[in-house]
Amino acid sequence: MIFLTRRATFSASHYYWNPAWSAEENERVFGRCSNRNGHGHNYTLEVTVAGVPDPVTGFVVDLKWLKDVIENEVMSAWDHRHLNLEAPEFAHVNPTTENIAIAAWKRLEHAVTRQGGARLSSVRVYETPEIFAEYRGEA
Amino acid sequence: MKAYFGRRYMLSASHRLHSESLSAEENRAAYGKCNNPHGHGHNYVIEVLVGGPVAAETGMVVDLVALDAAVHRQVVDRFDHTNLNLDPLFEHLAPTTENLCKAAFELLKDALPGGELEYVRVEETENNFFQCYRA
Repeated sequence: MIFLTRRATFSASHYYWNPAWSAEENERVFGRCSNRNGHGHNYTLEVTVAGVPDPVTGFVVDLKWLKDVIENEVMSAWDHRHLNLEAPEFAHVNPTTENIAIAAWKRLEHAVTRQGGARLSSVRVYETPEIFAEYRGEA
Repeated sequence: MKAYFGRRYMLSASHRLHSESLSAEENRAAYGKCNNPHGHGHNYVIEVLVGGPVAAETGMVVDLVALDAAVHRQVVDRFDHTNLNLDPLFEHLAPTTENLCKAAFELLKDALPGGELEYVRVEETENNFFQCYRA
């Protein structure tokens, strides 16, 4: 089994807010991230697929194909967007790094599975070089 | 849903690789330049990955500020700008990065403010790193 990873970057803005809480509670829990005017990051997405190299091509999957899947499923929806206001999955869910990793998985899994030959293994999202989250499809 | 939250920290420390159970000559053979009696130092990167359910209220596995406080208290403040050989943990144990990685894992595993420690990774330089996983 080989694990193949493709990296992509996108830039987006967001804020953290729980509408069930008071403004004070949001500020206490989320700190500066609760500023409703938002702030932004340069995110790095790492998409890892697992599979056995094809005996003819030697590929687990075609990297150009994977690049296009990431572009079509994730980048086109999130790059240079405000995640809370423009990405439907974050209309009622905080766009934390954890939730971004889960949402990216959901956007990618169908396309990777449909292609056959490999399975989505993990999605890692770096919010900064020092802060990241990963989702491996676990319940 | 279970996800993982990761954070990277830096600390600078000196060490000398030397084993009590080896002769001076054997230590030089085993550790080479790292056996220099005066020691040497590194900028270590400590990467911590914490797994757990994503809380519906916050969207988080673990609170970043609380995690930072725990890692600083247990690991960074203990080792940063110190000589690792003088730490009681390394009194009879060579402070290799393998052993530093295991020590950091042990110091953190029961001290997290939430979630479960998945791994500790220690990068000694840009070209070598070590990971210790939950058994």
